[in-house]
Amino acid sequence: MESMSAVLKSGGALFSGAEGVIQAQVRQEDKTPREDRLTVGLPFVDDARMTCRGVSVFYGEKHAINNVSIDVGRNQVLAMIGPSGCGKSTFLRCLNRMNDTVEGCRVVGDIQLDNLNIYDRSVDVVPLRAQVGMVFQKPNPFPKSIYDNVAYGPKIHGLASSRAELDEVVESSLKKAGLWNEVSDRLDQPGTGLSGGQQQRLCIARAIAVRPEVILMDEPCSALDPIATATVEDLISELQEHYTIVIVTHNMQQAARVSQRTAYFHLGDLIEVGSTDRIFTNPRHRLTEDYITGRFG
Amino acid sequence: MAHQLTFHREIDKLKKKFMVLGSLVEDRLQKACLAMQTREPVLLQEIVSSDWEIDEMEIEVEEECLKILALHQPVASDLRLLVAIIKINNELERIADNAVNIAKRVQTISKDSTLTFRIDYQPMSSKVLRMFKLGLDALVTENADLARKVFFEDEEVDHLRDQAYKAVIRELNSEPGHAACLVNLYLLARHLERIGDRITNIAEEVIYLVEGKIVRGEMD
Repeated sequence: MESMSAVLKSGGALFSGAEGVIQAQVRQEDKTPREDRLTVGLPFVDDARMTCRGVSVFYGEKHAINNVSIDVGRNQVLAMIGPSGCGKSTFLRCLNRMNDTVEGCRVVGDIQLDNLNIYDRSVDVVPLRAQVGMVFQKPNPFPKSIYDNVAYGPKIHGLASSRAELDEVVESSLKKAGLWNEVSDRLDQPGTGLSGGQQQRLCIARAIAVRPEVILMDEPCSALDPIATATVEDLISELQEHYTIVIVTHNMQQAARVSQRTAYFHLGDLIEVGSTDRIFTNPRHRLTEDYITGRFG
Repeated sequence: MAHQLTFHREIDKLKKKFMVLGSLVEDRLQKACLAMQTREPVLLQEIVSSDWEIDEMEIEVEEECLKILALHQPVASDLRLLVAIIKINNELERIADNAVNIAKRVQTISKDSTLTFRIDYQPMSSKVLRMFKLGLDALVTENADLARKVFFEDEEVDHLRDQAYKAVIRELNSEPGHAACLVNLYLLARHLERIGDRITNIAEEVIYLVEGKIVRGEMD
């Protein structure tokens, strides 16, 4: 057996992983065999709020999502991560039929919310999008007052029968979004006058106001500074008590901090799903490992 | 991507420094085992007086690990590597301390020129040296199977320590006047056995690094 000093002198590979960096970079253009792209881990849960089976998405000829099956657990945060163009945002948009607005987009497979197929002909997308709300990357408050931003949804969905009831919905939504104390004395001022972090929390309050079951978040903190990000992350953990949350993020530390389950997407395939602590300490799939350790992506 | 390249460079630098520490500790251990046979005073003194090098390097490695943890927040295999290095770093420093303890015991034993009783520690020390190489080879090649072999070797080292203990007890009964020296003679076995335990800890960390499984306690 070779001694340590001999290994050093020979200039042999110190730890087998050392050369892996270069190999992984060469592999960037993916040549992973199809059988290695089957989902590993635990995509299904016992208490699912949403179930997705065999979901594929096409943009014209382009196959953007390939046969994805996964559950979204009730009152859990599911984080979806992956390199740009891997299909995570496309998949997120399937969950409240936002892709319906994209021309040439076709979704196949089965997506159920509380055992109802959301792609069924009888489903009206307007109430569906209230049930499955969405918070976007860039805060997008309406050019209206803070009050009206939150009250707009409940009004059009008929969720409040009187002004007093509407006031109550606005107050409780702003409280749940952790914004009430900062804006309670200026509800009549424009929502666009708030800071970026406050605007994003206003958008979360707006989503909450229509009593959703699921909240989808597409990189909700990417336009925010670290303090506003921390506030929103804190809020996500609190919201999880009442809502089911699916978040797409490029920030892996954020995925690790806020979610209980993590799903890794790669070129339209769902590669691995598992508890967040396992994914970030001991991922099973080589592609997941390479991505989260920064060896490719 | 530039950030990641810096990170990987930092990791490679850390690995190299850590391997230098590994080879330094191996050198001290080899010298301690040789000194048990030869009782060469210059060699014994060299082992005792050069321990500061290991202590300093242990601190450097630890600082490097903490810096990488703070600046890069590694995950998955990178995180396991950092955790394994922090723990193995500590074990290596303790192994070097045990080599110094062996040298000091031999210095004490050498002062009693009237004691003719000796224990041949050659088989035990070569087994410990082999374990050390096995443990570090398992780390360098990230080979969990190799690491598991260390556990079996450790059982044999424990057995040899028990034999030394019985031999010293027998001798104590017939030569009570040499009690202090005989106790030191037994302590050599004890130090070697402790080194074996620390190499076992290293092997456990290698398994954690490779498989992500904590096996501590399972091997008892």
